[in-house]
Amino acid sequence: MSTVIASSEDVQHPGPQTQERGQRAVFCGLTSIIWLHRRIQDAFFLVVGSRTCAHLIQSAAGVMIFAEPRFATAILGERDLAGMADCHEELDRVVSELIARRSGINRLFLVGSCPSEVIKLDLETAAAKLQTKHENRVRISAFSGSGIETTFTQGEDECLKSTVAELPVLEASKQNLIVLGTVSDIVEDQFRRLFDDLGIKDVHFYPGRKAGDLPAVGKGTRVIAAQPFVGETARALIGRGAELISAPFPLGAEGSKAWFEAVAATYGVDAERTQQVLEMPYQRAKRAVSVHRSKLEGKRIHLLPDSQLEIPMARFLSEECGLGINEIGTPFHDQLVMRGELARLPKEVPIVEGQDLDPALSRVRASRPDLTVCGMGIANALESEGLRTKWSIELVFSPVQGFDQAGDLAGLFAKPLARQEILEVGSWS
Amino acid sequence: MELTLWTYEGPPHVGAIRVAASMRDVHLMLHSPQGDTYADLLFTMIEREGRRPPVTYTTFQARDLGSSTAEMVINSLRESAERFKPQVLLVADSCTAELIQDQPGALALGADLPVPVIPLEMAAYTRKENWGAAETFYQLVRGLLSRQAPPPGTERPPREPGARPSVNLLGPTKLGFRCRDDVVEIERLLSSMGVDVNVVAPLGASPQDLQAIPKADANVNLCPEVSDLTCSWLARTFGMPTISTIPMGWGATRDFIAEVASALGLDVDVDAVGESRLPWYSRSIDSTYLTGKRVFVFADGSHAIAAARVARDEMGFEVVGLGTYSRERARDVRAAAKEYGLEALITDNYLEVEAKVQELQPEMVLGTQMERHIAKRLGIPCAVISTPAHVQDYPARYSPQMGFEGANVLFDTWVHPLIMGLEEHLLHMFRDDFEFNDSVGPSHLGSEGEGARAQDSSSGAGQPDDGAIVWDFEAEKELKKIPFFVRGKARRNTEKFAVEHGLTTIEVDTLYDAKAHFSN
Ligand code: SF4
Ligand code: SF4
Repeated sequence: MSTVIASSEDVQHPGPQTQERGQRAVFCGLTSIIWLHRRIQDAFFLVVGSRTCAHLIQSAAGVMIFAEPRFATAILGERDLAGMADCHEELDRVVSELIARRSGINRLFLVGSCPSEVIKLDLETAAAKLQTKHENRVRISAFSGSGIETTFTQGEDECLKSTVAELPVLEASKQNLIVLGTVSDIVEDQFRRLFDDLGIKDVHFYPGRKAGDLPAVGKGTRVIAAQPFVGETARALIGRGAELISAPFPLGAEGSKAWFEAVAATYGVDAERTQQVLEMPYQRAKRAVSVHRSKLEGKRIHLLPDSQLEIPMARFLSEECGLGINEIGTPFHDQLVMRGELARLPKEVPIVEGQDLDPALSRVRASRPDLTVCGMGIANALESEGLRTKWSIELVFSPVQGFDQAGDLAGLFAKPLARQEILEVGSWS
Repeated sequence: MELTLWTYEGPPHVGAIRVAASMRDVHLMLHSPQGDTYADLLFTMIEREGRRPPVTYTTFQARDLGSSTAEMVINSLRESAERFKPQVLLVADSCTAELIQDQPGALALGADLPVPVIPLEMAAYTRKENWGAAETFYQLVRGLLSRQAPPPGTERPPREPGARPSVNLLGPTKLGFRCRDDVVEIERLLSSMGVDVNVVAPLGASPQDLQAIPKADANVNLCPEVSDLTCSWLARTFGMPTISTIPMGWGATRDFIAEVASALGLDVDVDAVGESRLPWYSRSIDSTYLTGKRVFVFADGSHAIAAARVARDEMGFEVVGLGTYSRERARDVRAAAKEYGLEALITDNYLEVEAKVQELQPEMVLGTQMERHIAKRLGIPCAVISTPAHVQDYPARYSPQMGFEGANVLFDTWVHPLIMGLEEHLLHMFRDDFEFNDSVGPSHLGSEGEGARAQDSSSGAGQPDDGAIVWDFEAEKELKKIPFFVRGKARRNTEKFAVEHGLTTIEVDTLYDAKAHFSN
């Protein structure tokens, strides 16, 4: 793959890799709306689906009280299914109603769901038609967040991919860098400062804070993934001439250092300068991680599939915190973006792609790890069986990337163990 | 297609899960796409359960569509039966599965499973959560009891002499509003009347327990949204009387006691059964300022009707709006609204509810989690009285809504978001205090952030633009001197007054003319 540069020599994980099929306890891609609506503040997400889809989103986000909701569902009715109502006309009506109600929206995403996909409602075509109608007022595009096509964070990948075609063309003589995948505002600011210090200019975060923040892309574009779940968007950007920089993800002191080094190397920043810039934050990150290391070292962890963050997370926990890894579950194993990670994993760790929930839980019960990283549908059940858990969704909702979050990241895993020692009520065993 | 910002109910299969998760030894096999397992979180997070709900999902993906989904159904059925060994296996479709028509119920009946199967038809595109719960409960009870039914027309034998009277409490479920504590409170109440509780269901019951339902003397239809259908089937089939007063509020609790007594032929002194602090708290002078506070009530049918009565008769509020999202209860709510001289708002469209609240400008909203969004937007105090609710409304402490203790809880909960009397008076008098003013919430809420917030929300978005009425600068200034919790109403009345009198500009005098006009 000539488009992947600075790739590590060994990209294959030498350990056992298996695929599992069965019941999957994971979110669908619609869930990504929960953080995307905050990141892209002037965007609105209109799910075209069923009451189930509406219920999913509000069950997750509805604990916050919204004066102005930034997402909604166009619920398909019997008339739509019976073909009596023309779905495109109906959508047209709903979108006009929505746009009239909300003046601050600059970008409207039509989000596909299982029902809309099973009845083969073509939202991309609908988006294009609606775009003509509302030109100059709002940008409209479509992506799939359905459970049948996407798992949790893959929703973000589909969302970003849907705007790649709109990105302006980068002038031939120019160069820029796209940092791909949602990071929190503070992480963006920290990264910008480091890129500045490295002399790397024209850095774009994608998605940006405003819907209109679209980076140009072309031959001079380099892409680095800040999140592991952006494979399809990366491929689309490669399709527009960009080069993907292969690196581990910026989690922990080592991951962050390797990540910045990979970018610096492709920009030809001299090694000494790179070390100079990174040394201080790197040492600071190591100190911060070491605070939690005593809690974590020697413990065994089991990761169930959820967000695709499992592999980099496991790498960080074993490499920097001294944990033993029982098993890494991932909903989807994208070899392209994971290249920079695999070589750093302990050789014997099994990677399981997919899930068969009950047998997977039996393995957890049999090995009784010190900590299980899992979704919230499972966490309390395991806790009540005396197992400690770290609910994995928090990793997507917290600033965890970069040097100055490395300590916080370790802290997320240390906290349940610390809690076990502090609490004198009940018992965990 | 219907634009939905917030939905009052989930899909019907969530109602089915609620019934299964409330019970013991029942398992549900739900044919559904990957992702629909989010419903587990309602139980593990919102209800804070220490077990996974007893549901196996097929979780098909796009690649399974076409050939293998029916096979997945059969495998899931076999595995659930073997692994969980339930007494009854329920089988249903989620909304997406309904579209691909594998008919899991028929597959289950043909699969020769080592466990009785009850197939459910969920009608995801026309029905909703409470209907799903009601239907599931009904199918379960009917499936388990129809063989015991006496021939039609059989007289119910009278209670054996000397036997203690007993009732079933039907309807409470997981994810219902405060069901956990309502059951405890009503059991306590009944026991102080000398009445036993035979079966509580679905909450905590097993299929075996359901089979004992006909042993009781009557059924308490505690949550009609869930148990109406079942109670009327039991009345028809087993001649069991239904007790239908919802014991929510002081007066309703007393009516409930009377109804139980009469249904069971008991001689009970209502005053001796128990007492609530609500009547005295409400009569004590500290509550005088509550008189005539304008409240808007929106909830499921039962909670809406009960809350309106408490609001007017026990708190001294004025009920200015009453509505429900439960279409199944529309008739009852309409009838109740009539008593308050109101037209009931029957809708599950959040935007309609929002528009109504905006139009009425109440001083308080008694609603669901969804009304909290509306109340925040409009700067109106709000208390939650019904589902949909979120994790805050599944508290650790004892917090029934029903019975005498429930009435105590209602009093505290509803008064809490309102500005306290003294603060209200001082805000009327001094408007520019740097700490206590319109732009901060009630000071006793500290930084709780919600409740009365002074955006002057009434003008602008959504207001009827009647021939462009202009507020004179001085009049606008004068309007601002009216405390914010009644300012919206004052603005609306003045504008209405101006329209009625053909005025195009509102001056200070217009404001006071309108005030005098509407003061009676
Ligand atoms: S998109 Fe699919 S999985 Fe997600 S909520 Fe809707 S129906 Fe369920
Ligand atoms: S973390 Fe759990 S309890 Fe808290 S809001 Fe989210 S789903 Fe609800």
